[in-house]
Amino acid sequence: MSAAAPVVELKQITKRFPGIVANDSISLTLEKGEIHALLGENGAGKSTLMNIVFGLYQPDEGSIEIGGKPVIIDSPNKAIELGIGMVHQHFKLVDPFTVTENIILGTEPKKGLKIDYKSAAEQVRKLSELYGLQVDPHARIHDISVGMQQRVEIMKTLYRGADILIFDEPTAVLTPQEINELMAIMKRLVAEGKSIILITHKLKEIMTIADRVTIIRRGKVIDTVRTSETNPNDLAEKMVGRGVTFKVDKQPPNIGKAVLKLDGVNSKNKEGISVLNNLSFEVKAGEILGIAGVDGNGQSELIQAITGLRKIDSGSITMEGKEIANLSPRKITEKNVSHIPEDRHKHGLVLDFTVSENMVLETYYRSPYNRNGFMNKDIIDKHAEKLIREFDVRTPSIHTSARSLSGGNQQKAIIAREIEKNPSLLIAAQPTRGLDVGAIEFVQKQLIAQRDQGKAVLLVSFELDEIMNVSDRIAVIYEGHIVGEVYPENTNDQELGLMMAGSLKQGGNSGV
Amino acid sequence: MFKLKKIFATDSYIVPVVAILLGLLVGAAVMLIGGYDPVASYRALFNRVFGSPYDFGEAIREMTPLMLTGLSVAFAFRSGMFNIGADGQVLIGMTAASVIGIKLAGVPTFLLVPLAVIGAGLFGGLWAGIAGYLKAKRGINEVITTIMLNWVALYLANYIVRTFLLIPGQNRSEDIPASMSLTFLNSVFDNARLHWGTVIALAAAVFFYVYLWKTKQGFEMRAVGLNPHAAEYAGMNVGRNIIKSMFIAGVFAGLAGAGEVLGVFHYQSVFAGSPGYGFDGIAVALLGITHPFGVILAAILYGMLTYGSAGMSFDANVPPELIRIVIGSIIFFIAAQGIVRWVLKPFYFKRKKEKVL
Repeated sequence: MSAAAPVVELKQITKRFPGIVANDSISLTLEKGEIHALLGENGAGKSTLMNIVFGLYQPDEGSIEIGGKPVIIDSPNKAIELGIGMVHQHFKLVDPFTVTENIILGTEPKKGLKIDYKSAAEQVRKLSELYGLQVDPHARIHDISVGMQQRVEIMKTLYRGADILIFDEPTAVLTPQEINELMAIMKRLVAEGKSIILITHKLKEIMTIADRVTIIRRGKVIDTVRTSETNPNDLAEKMVGRGVTFKVDKQPPNIGKAVLKLDGVNSKNKEGISVLNNLSFEVKAGEILGIAGVDGNGQSELIQAITGLRKIDSGSITMEGKEIANLSPRKITEKNVSHIPEDRHKHGLVLDFTVSENMVLETYYRSPYNRNGFMNKDIIDKHAEKLIREFDVRTPSIHTSARSLSGGNQQKAIIAREIEKNPSLLIAAQPTRGLDVGAIEFVQKQLIAQRDQGKAVLLVSFELDEIMNVSDRIAVIYEGHIVGEVYPENTNDQELGLMMAGSLKQGGNSGV
Repeated sequence: MFKLKKIFATDSYIVPVVAILLGLLVGAAVMLIGGYDPVASYRALFNRVFGSPYDFGEAIREMTPLMLTGLSVAFAFRSGMFNIGADGQVLIGMTAASVIGIKLAGVPTFLLVPLAVIGAGLFGGLWAGIAGYLKAKRGINEVITTIMLNWVALYLANYIVRTFLLIPGQNRSEDIPASMSLTFLNSVFDNARLHWGTVIALAAAVFFYVYLWKTKQGFEMRAVGLNPHAAEYAGMNVGRNIIKSMFIAGVFAGLAGAGEVLGVFHYQSVFAGSPGYGFDGIAVALLGITHPFGVILAAILYGMLTYGSAGMSFDANVPPELIRIVIGSIIFFIAAQGIVRWVLKPFYFKRKKEKVL
C-alpha cells in the first residue's frame, strides 16, 4: 500500500472481562483503500475488538491511532467524528420511515424549524449514485429487500462522513446475488478512497474481496496475511487451530426404500398466489436429498407443508407409505419426522426457556418426562445433561436460558434434540446458516452420520457448496416446482445455477 | 404488547421494591407541595391499617378481590395475553353467585355455597373464554374484546339483577342466604367482613404457581406465551392454549366476584358504572411482576394503601385521592425500569461489571 501512515492502527489492544481475556495484545493496521478482513470463530474476540474501535468499550491496555495520531474513542459519537462508521449485522432502521428519513435520523438538516427533506433526499440520491447503490430515497424500509436495507445502513455511515467502514458479518442475511452486489459495492467504496474492515467467518468471501486478512483465535492474533499469498484451507486451519476438511468425508450411500414421497403437491398463500406448484420428489432411506434453489422459490413453504405448518390444496405427501398431508405438526412428529428449522430463534427454540426445557420442547408430553400431568424435572434434566454432553453443547448449565447461548451452540442443541428422537426422516433447513467453520463441519458430519444409519435426510440450503458436498442427490426448486434432479458428481455449479434460475429445465442426468 | 410483556415478566424483585420506595417519595413530595405533612399522612395510613382488629380485618377484605383479579391478569399475561376484562369477569362471577345463591336457596348450605362459588368461577371463566376463543379462532386482539366485554358484562349483570333478583323499589338484589363469611373470626376481628375468598385467593396463587411451572399443561402455556411460533412447531395447539389460559384467568376473576357478593355484601347492587376491580387487578399484576406470589404481595400493599387512605383523610386531613398518585408512581417506576436502574447504579456497579461477558 502507500507509505503514508495507516488510517487505523491498533497497538497492543488488551481487553479483559472477568474470567476471560477477550483481546490479548492485538495489533492491527488498516491501510488507506484497503479491505482488511478480520477472521475468527464465534467468540474469538472480533466483535469486542470492533466495539473498542467504535467506542463502545474501552481497552484495558494499548492505544489506537487514526491517521498517525493517537486518539481516545470513548463513545460511538466520537468514533463517527473520527470518520469511523459501522454497518451492523442487525440493522438499526425504523421500518415505517423512508430511506431518507432513516439516513438523516439524528443529523437532520434544518430549514428554519422544519426538516429540509428535499435537500436531504437530494444528498442521499447523490451518494447513492456515487457508490452505485441504487437506493430510492423515498422508499419505505419495510417495502425494500434486506439487501437494500443493508445499503441504507451503508449510506447512513457515508452520510455522516465515514472514511473507515466496519462491516459486521454483512453477508449473513443476504442471498447469493445480494452478496455479489455487496462485494461490488465494497470494491467501489475502496476505489473512492474508503477503507474497510470486514468481520466474517466466510472464507470464500475473504478470498474474493479482501486484500489482507487478520486471523484471531481466542483473543490473540494468529497471523496477518495477504489473500494473494494464502488459500482457504490455510486460513481455516489458522482460525480453528486444526486441519479442516472442506470436502466432506463420506462413503457411497446405501440406499433403501422411499421414506418421504411428495406427489403433485399444490399450495397457495394468503394472497392466492401459488407457492408450491405440482411439486413431486421422494427421499429414500440412507440418502441425503439436497434441495437447491434461490431463496424465495418455495423452500420454506415446502418444509412447512411436510411438517404440518401449512395446508396443501391438492396432491399427496406420504411418510413410509402413510398419508401425512394436512395433519397437525404433532401427528407428523409422531410419524418419526424430525425437523431442524430454518429460523432457530423463531421456530427452533423458546429462547426464554432453559436449555433443559428446550430439549423436551416436542416430547414433554410423553413418558417419562410427563408423569400424570406433572413435569418430571429430574428426568428432564438428566436427559438434557446427556444431550449436551453427547453433542458438546457449550452452556454454563442446563438451567441457563437458551437466549444466552451462542448461535452455534443453539443450533447444536436443536440438532441434539432432533437427532435424539431417532427419526426416520430428518429435515434440515439451512442448518449451517450463520455458523462458523468448526460448527458447520460438526453439523454436516451429523447429517451424514444420520444418513449412514439408514435415515432419510432432506437438506434445504441456499449454499451451493453445501448442497454439492453433502447431498447424494440434488433436486432443484424453482417457483415452487422441482425443475430437475441431478447427482452432484455429474453436475457443476454452472448447470445448477442455470436450473436454479429457471432457464434449464432438466439436468443432463435425471435422478428419478 | 410483546415489549410490555418483557418489562413486566422479568423475575426480579429489586425493581418493584425500589419502585415502591420511589413511589412513596413522590407521594411525599406531592404532599409537601400541597402543604400537607407526609410523615403524619403515612403514619395515619399505617395506623388505619394496623390500628384496630376491625380495621386490620377490613384491610384484608380489601386485599382479597385484588389478589384474585391480579392473579387473573397475571395468568393471562404469562401465556401472552393482556386481560383487560377481569372487571367484566368479576361482574359475571358475582351475578352467577347471586343467582345460584338466591334461586337455589332450598339447597342445604354446605352444598349451596360451594355450588355458588363454583358457578361464579365457571361463568367468569366462560366469559373470559369468549375473548380467548375470538383470539384463537378469529385472530381478534384480546385487548379490544375484553374491554368491550366489560361493558356487555356490566349491563348484562344489571339486567339480570333488575329482572330476576330485585327488591322492588330498591337498587339491589334480595339478600343472598348463601354466605362465605368467616363468622368464627368475628370475635377476633371485631366483626370485620372476612370471608373464605381470602383463603381461595391464596390457594389460587399456589395453583397458579404449580400449574404453570410444574405441569405439562403449564409448560405448553408458557411456551405459547413466550414464543407461539416455536410452540406451534413443537406440535402444541396454540389456539387451545390461548382459550384455556383465558378461561383460567376468568375463573380467578369470577371467584373474586363470588367473594364480594357472598362474603362481603350478601346482596348484589345494580352498578351505575364499572366497579373497577379488574383495573386495579392490572396494576396489582404489573406490580407483582406477574408472578403469583408477587401478585399476592402486591395485592397486600395495594389493599393497605387503598384502605389506609381513608385514615389519611380522617386523621391527617389529606385527600385520599393522593394515594392514587402514590400507586400510579409506583407502577410508573416499575414500567420505567431504566429510571430505577439509574437510581440503583451506584450500588449495582460492582456486580454488573462482573456480568458483562
